[in-house]
Amino acid sequence: MNAYTQVLFKNRRPNETILLPEYEKNGGYQGLRAAMKMSPAEVCELVKGSGLRGRGGAGFPTGIKWSFFPADQPGDKYLVCNGDEMEPGTYKDRQLLLADPHQLVEGMAIAAYALQTQIGYIFLRYAYEDCFQRLERAIEEAVEAGYLGGNILGSGFDVELHVHGSAGRYILGEETSQLNGLEGRRPNPRSKPPFPAQRGLFGLPTNVNNVETLATVPHILTHGTAWFQDLALNPESAGTKLFGLSGHLNRTECFELPLGITLREVVEDFGGGVRGGKKFKACLPGGASTPYLNTDHLDVMMDFNPLEEVESRLGTAGVTVFDEDTCMVAVTRNLNQFFARESCGWCTPCRDGLSTISWLLDRIEFGQATNDDLAMLKDQVKNIKGRSFCALAEGAMGPVEALLRLYEDEIKDHIRKGCCPFN
Amino acid sequence: MKELLPQKQIDSFKAKAAAIAHPHELIVDQLRAIQLHHGWVPDDGVLLTAETLGVLPIEVEEVATFYDKIFRREVGKRVIHVCDSICCWSTGAEMITEHLMKTLGIGLGETTADGIFTLLPTCCLGACGDAPAMMIGFTTHGLLTTEKIDAILQRERAAVAAEV
Repeated sequence: MNAYTQVLFKNRRPNETILLPEYEKNGGYQGLRAAMKMSPAEVCELVKGSGLRGRGGAGFPTGIKWSFFPADQPGDKYLVCNGDEMEPGTYKDRQLLLADPHQLVEGMAIAAYALQTQIGYIFLRYAYEDCFQRLERAIEEAVEAGYLGGNILGSGFDVELHVHGSAGRYILGEETSQLNGLEGRRPNPRSKPPFPAQRGLFGLPTNVNNVETLATVPHILTHGTAWFQDLALNPESAGTKLFGLSGHLNRTECFELPLGITLREVVEDFGGGVRGGKKFKACLPGGASTPYLNTDHLDVMMDFNPLEEVESRLGTAGVTVFDEDTCMVAVTRNLNQFFARESCGWCTPCRDGLSTISWLLDRIEFGQATNDDLAMLKDQVKNIKGRSFCALAEGAMGPVEALLRLYEDEIKDHIRKGCCPFN
Repeated sequence: MKELLPQKQIDSFKAKAAAIAHPHELIVDQLRAIQLHHGWVPDDGVLLTAETLGVLPIEVEEVATFYDKIFRREVGKRVIHVCDSICCWSTGAEMITEHLMKTLGIGLGETTADGIFTLLPTCCLGACGDAPAMMIGFTTHGLLTTEKIDAILQRERAAVAAEV
């Protein structure tokens, strides 16, 4: 059914995990071998030239992030893989790790060499015990085969990987909170600057990348930058992306699709259309923090820049679809409750602001609100945006702003009728 | 009192802590180990972790109380984390939660009188394609229906009975 080139999912089979011999047979670890024939700076340049953008949500160019890293500074430095993946609607990294974990191991070995870091941590959320076990096995296999450990592939370069199992909380996905979490400290976010590249884990230079980002790197080394760029349907972009479909669709699965595919194709061809024969109303295009898209956006390209042009974001590409009977106030209320509950409480705009927004959305949903509450909701969004310590509250405002921009009529309907018009 | 952690594991944590420059990094690991063995982390578990790793009890406590999957109060033999995030909510999580509460006869945050189940709401479990979902232990159960839940609870009850 999926006619597009499969890169990260090319070895994927239902309910199976690929072991080292099959991974090698299908071209595995050729990227690492290619990297070892290059200088670390050349590997960084290649990744920069590929146009790879971070797949964890922010979309920052990976090669540029690597170029900020003081690879030539002597002493210990760290590489961290962010596998926290707690944004509702996002389950792509789990699918990748369950199917083919060696891609991440190989990607980390290449990144470690490029950045001259000798210790890497893979940070996994509590619920991903299944991934934990598969990664531990993949690491053992890689050490035995000489892809990890001392003097990898006879290069004189050493790298060791550790898997860290966390214990739950969304804020751990924020890179500086994650570093505090890895250090065994209360995982509030840290002030930036200094950025982790200068002062990260245990006070030393640290580079943090997402699972999907690092797993993509070996393929770029193996096939080259032109091949990677050609994978995308949008000529201004590069590569494929894992899209996790959820919500009111007939098929809620994870697909590997080219960047630049339209939302319509994702919903209709891959999601099988809206379930129950209902009409599409809206979706979160990339996880719980991304502003809604509606029917006006069905032909937008699912890619970083095109989605920013319509005031949304690609985020993690976890596409959650809502049908025509869905109350968008209720959706936003649920999303905001998540963010309010997961606030670490470190700063006032997030701790108190998100609770106030939850209270206002409750009043609107349950028919107790007045126009003053609507004005207060708008005011609160302005007060929170850009004023919180980290991006959690900023992300929480994405759906609320989109509710006000796209569905203010629905809010007013709740106020006028004194109840939820969808119940 | 039930053993917090086997001596062999305590010795292993002690040895690891002595061998690394930053023993704090083992706090979450040891708290998880205590919980896996003992079911939850009592005050003595916090003190044991501090002593084993050579850190302050307050440093362990501030970590232990931050995470929602570290239990600082006694829980049942099986903790049910039922997801209420957007993908599960939009596919019937409220109905699933109501069924669990009715069947178990408890509210969210409570433990059944027989001490078998504790029911907790949870944020996204990373099973959004299989929503609605819940997790018991480390096992995620997706595409839940009331019939499926009844069968799972029955299996878990039988497993607990076999453990005694």
